Amino acid sequence: MKAVYELPKKRSGRLLSLSLKRRRKRVNRSFMGTFSLFALLAVFGAFMALPLVYAINNAFKPLDEIFMFPPTLFVRNPTWNNFSDLINLLGQSWVPFSRYIFNTVFITGIGIVGHVILASAAAYPLAKHRFPGKTFLFQVVVLSLMFTPVVTATPNYMILSWLGMIDTYWAVIIPAFAYSLGLYLMKQFMEQIPDALLEAAKIDGASEYRIFWSIVMPNVKPAWLTLIILLFQILWGTDGNGFIYSEQLKTLHYASNQIILGGISRAGAGAAVAVILMSVPIVLFLFSQSRIIETMATSGMKD
Amino acid sequence: MHNAGLQDPETAMPAAVRPVKPQTWRSRKLAEIKASKHSYILLAPYMILFTLFTVLPVVISMILSFTYFNMLEFPRFVGWDNYTRLFLEDDIFLIALKNTLLFAAITGPISYLACFLFAWVINELGPRMRAFMTLIFYAPSISGNVYFIWLMIFSGDRYGIMNGMLIKLGIILEPIQWLKTEAFIMPIIILVQLWLSLGTGFLAFIAGLQTVDKTLYEAGAVDGVRNRWQELWYITLPSMRPQLMFGAVIQLTTSFAVADVSIALAGFPSVNYAAETIVTHLIDFGTTRFEMGFASAIATVLFILMVGTNLIVQKLLRKVGE
Repeated sequence: MKAVYELPKKRSGRLLSLSLKRRRKRVNRSFMGTFSLFALLAVFGAFMALPLVYAINNAFKPLDEIFMFPPTLFVRNPTWNNFSDLINLLGQSWVPFSRYIFNTVFITGIGIVGHVILASAAAYPLAKHRFPGKTFLFQVVVLSLMFTPVVTATPNYMILSWLGMIDTYWAVIIPAFAYSLGLYLMKQFMEQIPDALLEAAKIDGASEYRIFWSIVMPNVKPAWLTLIILLFQILWGTDGNGFIYSEQLKTLHYASNQIILGGISRAGAGAAVAVILMSVPIVLFLFSQSRIIETMATSGMKD
Repeated sequence: MHNAGLQDPETAMPAAVRPVKPQTWRSRKLAEIKASKHSYILLAPYMILFTLFTVLPVVISMILSFTYFNMLEFPRFVGWDNYTRLFLEDDIFLIALKNTLLFAAITGPISYLACFLFAWVINELGPRMRAFMTLIFYAPSISGNVYFIWLMIFSGDRYGIMNGMLIKLGIILEPIQWLKTEAFIMPIIILVQLWLSLGTGFLAFIAGLQTVDKTLYEAGAVDGVRNRWQELWYITLPSMRPQLMFGAVIQLTTSFAVADVSIALAGFPSVNYAAETIVTHLIDFGTTRFEMGFASAIATVLFILMVGTNLIVQKLLRKVGE
């Protein structure tokens, strides 16, 4: 205890970050504890990464290496054959493959833009205004985080068919606009915008809509990115949810499943398509990680 | 005059807002609603869609669960029939219920603890290493349907990694049909489900750990915190209770909704329904057999299970560090 009590005296006047680094060494952190925790991290990190590494390696294996005994994790003679096979395969599909890409890009693009705008517009009053029904509305949104959309799939089909949206892009896009996790995260993030900023704009005569668009929105860019990547994950991986039947409206995910399930002759092309599909969200996350973490810092549920 | 204004809020109000009639609860609420017109307009587009595709479907589902409905004829009221059939006659539902509860009871708490444990250890790393490890742990859950890679790992022939390795080591002589053997199906799905489970909750914990007030640790050291475990229990956990509650909702809800992985790995239906879950059962009746009343009863049971468990866990988590 004696050593601990001396800490603040010695360190007074230094930068906080510097003192933190020192503190880590001083407060009893047993070497064994540190070692075993990092060993744990390494082992489970390998468990998380190996299947992905295996998938990537498979995409570059020639067919005889994919079906080799004993199977290998790493590729020996890397080749682009699987990717060129894939391109050949795509050229033969009944609907041009570019159409599947267009469908997914269209659904993902419109879905994301609509969701970010609508969810932010709704999050602003929930975070910053006082009006009757506010607590109730937000509690309903929180409650909706507690069950998965599959619960509502059947009635959703009926509602979409009343609206005449079955077998159109909108059957996937419109419900995605009202994704509740997005609204929740956006509202939590907006709460930290200082009230003074909004008051100042109000005094200058700005309307609520103007405040929302020119002051609130530019201040929540990290949350935009988070909503974008969350919705991207959902829409990029959508197979139409059973709401889209026409072949020419089907998504990339659906088409790639057809390739992956194509059996032995498609094993190489299947691995290639999987790598392409998974790399897009991973790269997106790579570039937006710090912004997403920033948003998640406000994600907590208050009592 | 000044004093009178303070005592009587009505005279203190600006003339434009002051109601002509004597104030009742309702007229005051109405005035408030009118004054917040802009808030409602901003909320409206989202809330209309939210009601249409989330609130209304839950209500419809609950109502339909008391009917017989095949999408062609008008729904016919049948009382509790669907529920009695579900629990007393449908053996496969009972398997599904047992599997779902097993998934939730295993993957829910383990994935929750794993999310926290890994986030906590990663937080001790330097910034660059931290970003890298976050990516490694988060990658499986973000990379879409890549879990089908486990099909290759557990493939039933000798070219699957698992069979190949075991045969080469001489542990087994013949390849095992992993995904067609009842005893192996559940453990494999649980493994894959855990592999996929470090998602939004994990990110929330990483973020939460970075927001814990650093001076609390200094203060804790002064007050006699001796090691990292005490620091964790007395300082870190209570400081990030809001994130812990958010993470619990996300992890629990996912753990109840196992379906895609089960269908992709074990098939649909799986061998002897070994991997049937409430969700796959729901898909079976909702999209294959078109028994919408019955499917709605399944959905309602799932809804009550998910929301009920979540609310209980929220109550428990409020006690962390108290």
